[in-house]
Amino acid sequence: MLDSLLALGGLVLLRDSVEWEGRSLLKALVKKSALWLVYHDFFRDPLNWSKTGEALPGGPLGALRAMCKRTDLGPVTIALDSLSWLLLHLPCATLCQTLHAVSYQDSCPPGDGSPVGKVHVLGLLHEELHGPGPMGALSSLAQTEVTLGGTMGQASARILCRRPQQHPTDQTQWFSILPDFSLHLQEGPSKEFQPQSDPHIPLVDPMAHLTFNLHLSKKEREARDSLTLPFQFSSEKQEALLRPRPSQATSHIFYEPDAYDDLDQEDPDDDLDI
Amino acid sequence: MFPELNNLLNTTPDRAEQGKLTLLCDAKTDGSFLVHHFLSFYLKANCKVCFVALIQSFSHYNIVGQKLGVNLTMARERGQLVFLEGLKSAVDVFFQAQEKPHPLQFLREASAGNLKPLFEFVRVALKPVDSGAAGWTYPVLLVDDLSVLLSLGLGAVAVLDFIHYCRATLCWELKGNVVVLVHDSGDVEDEENDILLNGLSHQSHLILRAEGLATGFCRDVHGQLRILWRRPSQSTSQRDQSLTYQYKIQDRSVSFFAKGMSPAVL
Repeated sequence: MLDSLLALGGLVLLRDSVEWEGRSLLKALVKKSALWLVYHDFFRDPLNWSKTGEALPGGPLGALRAMCKRTDLGPVTIALDSLSWLLLHLPCATLCQTLHAVSYQDSCPPGDGSPVGKVHVLGLLHEELHGPGPMGALSSLAQTEVTLGGTMGQASARILCRRPQQHPTDQTQWFSILPDFSLHLQEGPSKEFQPQSDPHIPLVDPMAHLTFNLHLSKKEREARDSLTLPFQFSSEKQEALLRPRPSQATSHIFYEPDAYDDLDQEDPDDDLDI
Repeated sequence: MFPELNNLLNTTPDRAEQGKLTLLCDAKTDGSFLVHHFLSFYLKANCKVCFVALIQSFSHYNIVGQKLGVNLTMARERGQLVFLEGLKSAVDVFFQAQEKPHPLQFLREASAGNLKPLFEFVRVALKPVDSGAAGWTYPVLLVDDLSVLLSLGLGAVAVLDFIHYCRATLCWELKGNVVVLVHDSGDVEDEENDILLNGLSHQSHLILRAEGLATGFCRDVHGQLRILWRRPSQSTSQRDQSLTYQYKIQDRSVSFFAKGMSPAVL
């Protein structure tokens, strides 16, 4: 599944974290899909601080917008390293609109009716840098989301794929990137790396050396089992309630007043000062 | 420099890696011992060092440096060390007329500024000299620290842009190194600092994180150091990606030991 990510069109989000970086996977996917690579270098001077005149007009956003107006018809993959940089420097709405315009070009063919080739946009996004709002917006634009993770030194990619009019699919693929940036798919972390419980620690019975008795004798156990709980609504209790016995109809309070008691019904607490 | 830390990082001044960004961060403790380590490390490696010191005075770093075996005054005099003393020169922004923008020019600006003048200062300071007489190995930028720039009114994106440019020029073009310190606010909700810390973490090759102990202050164990190497996911990598050690800072050195193995406890 990981190696056929770019077969579908649209936006593919590669979400990585500090612990599991995604740049090498981005490079591996670019290497896999690209026959001819055009490299726009915005690394050295993205904000045009050097003012040498070499910078492309409009900066990274201008370059991205220029790709919306391309005239060649072949399939193209646009890899963005990184979307996080764009999201920190541009308003989220502007970026989303540009990404939508770039990735859905094949739905709006040019006037002469000839079909435009498929556009794949592969964007690297650093999860910890953005709040839930921008992440959710980009997520909803994306056809496929690949979230990087891993365990015990082995990297994994969780691929969530949304195809139109089909159920979304969710798969996890273990992989590694070889030094020449080719993608190596793997089965999963091998069993020998899983932590084993130490067989040398003997299990201790906590009930062994107590100073009080926690065990029940046979008679005590039988008595306990035959006890009915006070609030359990058994059939006997139901009978007793349905047919109240007259001797137990009312309850009595027996009260012997003291010598000093003064039962004044109008002032029982004796605190009215009239 | 601390020899034990060199062993943990598997490096020496003679064969240090070049073209790397190292991120130092501290949480609930003082990570400045790492700054002193790298300052003396790169001076001993015969590198040209530009130190943007915004927190302490020159004499403070000099005193600690002498305990670690480097003389900052002499290094500055022979041109190996370019020292921007933030505490002193910040005042110059207001009281001295400058022909060209001062490195800390952003202090004068009312609106959100950028660090382009500071980058120009660093770029000029570490530009390779054509005469070649000095023969320094490679340039190194050290910043102590970046969190204070956020307190002075800059946005996290402006600081990230500055580090991006430093990385492009120093790490990629000149094959030098950049070492920066950022404080982790931890429990206190500080969005700008979190963006700065996470953004730098993604750009770094090596992250050293000094943390206070979860159980509180201890006389014999001053904290714990987490070392994270950010390497591509390679199947044949034998080294661990992340290590954790506890440490104790002494007068002239720092001793490291595995968790729970402090000599005071054993």
